[in-house]
Amino acid sequence: MFCIVVKRSCRGVRVSLKSCNLLANDGYSITNVELLHRRRKHFLQSHNTNVTRLLSSRPHNSEVPEAATWEPVPEDQLPPPVHIPADLVDQLERLALVDFRTKQGLACLEKAIRFADQLHVVDTSGVEPMDSVLEDRSLNLRVDAVTEGDCAEELLQLSKHTVEEYFVAPPGNIPLPTREERAAILKHSEL
Amino acid sequence: MLSLTIREVSLALREGRISPTELCKKCLNRIKKTQHLNAYITVTEELALKQAQEAETRLLQGAPRGPLDGIPFAVKDNFCTENIKTTCASRMLKDYSPPFNATVVQKLLDQGAVLMGKVNMDEFAMGAGSTDGAFGPVRNPWSYAASYREQTGAMPDSDWVITGGSSGGSAAAVASLTSYLALGSDTGGSTRNPGALCGVVALKPTYGLLSRHGLIPLVNSMDVPGIVTRSVSDAAIVLGILEGLDIKDSTTIPAPSSLTELPEQFDVKNICVGIPKEYHAPGLSEETVAQWSRVADMFEKAGARVKQVSLPHTQYSIVCYHVLCTTEVASNMARFDGLEYGHRSEVDSSTEAMYASSRHEGFNDVVRGRILSGNYFLLKQNYEHYFLKAQQVRRLIAEDFKHVFSSGVDVLLTPTTLTDAARYSDFTQEDNRTRSTQEDVFTQPVNMAGLPAVSVPTALSRRGLPIGLQLIGPALQDRKLLSVAQWMEQSVGFPSISDYGDSSKSRNDTEKSKRERTSAL
Repeated sequence: MFCIVVKRSCRGVRVSLKSCNLLANDGYSITNVELLHRRRKHFLQSHNTNVTRLLSSRPHNSEVPEAATWEPVPEDQLPPPVHIPADLVDQLERLALVDFRTKQGLACLEKAIRFADQLHVVDTSGVEPMDSVLEDRSLNLRVDAVTEGDCAEELLQLSKHTVEEYFVAPPGNIPLPTREERAAILKHSEL
Repeated sequence: MLSLTIREVSLALREGRISPTELCKKCLNRIKKTQHLNAYITVTEELALKQAQEAETRLLQGAPRGPLDGIPFAVKDNFCTENIKTTCASRMLKDYSPPFNATVVQKLLDQGAVLMGKVNMDEFAMGAGSTDGAFGPVRNPWSYAASYREQTGAMPDSDWVITGGSSGGSAAAVASLTSYLALGSDTGGSTRNPGALCGVVALKPTYGLLSRHGLIPLVNSMDVPGIVTRSVSDAAIVLGILEGLDIKDSTTIPAPSSLTELPEQFDVKNICVGIPKEYHAPGLSEETVAQWSRVADMFEKAGARVKQVSLPHTQYSIVCYHVLCTTEVASNMARFDGLEYGHRSEVDSSTEAMYASSRHEGFNDVVRGRILSGNYFLLKQNYEHYFLKAQQVRRLIAEDFKHVFSSGVDVLLTPTTLTDAARYSDFTQEDNRTRSTQEDVFTQPVNMAGLPAVSVPTALSRRGLPIGLQLIGPALQDRKLLSVAQWMEQSVGFPSISDYGDSSKSRNDTEKSKRERTSAL
């Protein structure tokens, strides 16, 4: 997370730098000149009006916060960063049936975990996990009766390989080969 | 004609000022002219002309099916459309033509609306830029508007800006005047984000109000179909048609009222507008803050009570979303194994090897990355630590909203995105995960809580690009939310894209003076 905070504030800095440049050139009068110019050119001013408003010294609404209110999450409040050992890489690839492909893929997971670690800053003692926003209402159940079907033909047509009324799979009960062998099967997989 | 709203063009159709076939052809031409935007994956030209012909017959007989009869619309390519390719912008479903229509698509077709095509997106709706799909990125129509070119001196062919995402094609289709309405999907902001960046109205209804049947799932507990239109009143018309119980989706709930029209004059005098202080996040642009403040002023001047409120867990919402999204993705994407439908690899040494290589070949790095993260968070040793923890934080976020709404607040006013649209070349400097955590900051808390929210185009930035603000309402108060949004729409005077582009020729003078009146308010 720490690096994300930094990135975010970098963006913030970039944005304000841009506007500083504008202001250094006396952005307010430039806008007015532009505005007059555009008035002559176009008949419509709706967006120009908006542009002026942005740079004008309209007082800021006191209910709208003027500065960012987020608290940076200090590194020392987070658990130590996780590194994914080789055997866990293998386990995840077998479970997920997708591969990391590159070292970058693995780094991406480590970053994703680091990001998720911020959750541990939140006190959730005694809070019930929430899995649906509709938890407090009874949902409609349909009558337990067949209302449609008989579409086997249509569904089988979507498959690349069928015989009669069956989907055809390659030989089963064979575990996924080792990581080295897998890399040979999968194109562009370098990890 | 193309820049009208649904309400206006529907009247034009009824009064015979244009026929559905003419209108359909105009839109098809416009699609061809705006091909460089890459908004459409599939254009259903033949079917559209046939549907338009049928609508024409009904209109000539004086028996239109409703306000949408003969109106061109576009559908995000993750909604199933019968015998029309539904790709999710993925190699996995490149050749997939479902044998059925999603409920929301069927409802629009039943109303006589004319399907123009399927629109582009991030692969499996995972992204916030519409830059990560198998058919290439979508370009924001405002990249080509005079406002952007003149303010920044940009060359549209190299300096074009992104649409936002993941429903970038839906927003681009409506903004570029090729469709009057588009369906998007919204899991963490995927409809509102591109809506804000493309200057169109984007509604995320209350969870469960619209059927998800036939929407290829991303995060079942948060997904909702989204509505993209040019005006708030249009969004209300479409919401009225799409909402309600669906026997094919057990998570749907009955619509609270059958009223579809919004009140012409909504009085904001007695409402309370909450400004959640946590929605000033790091990276929020100065211009967006200025707009936020400007609209708060407008509400105040009109007699509404505007007060600062707190949603204390907002900062952790994006983290919580990240965990819940990847875990549900890991489970949802398990269906794509190459066996029954979708891409199947040539590898046939074993079933497992076929699964693994089909998924390797079919999914992009973003999708695979989220599946792997999700599997990690769901491991036996991590389940409680990450997944259940995130579900607990989700409840805290939902309760934050409950507290605020029970304290007398009617709607919340917030930014929709941190900034206006980024240039494609800048946006792609960061990876998808980082971008999603930045772009979804203000939009995903609402999905956690299942609440309705709408992004309303507010102003153009100094770069001449749209800035949108978001209104959030309590669950099932979608219509009241839209009434407030309509008031806001009428007050802010956001310009039409056709004021700045080549389509200005198609606008007549009465429209022009009407726009001016609005913008002078």
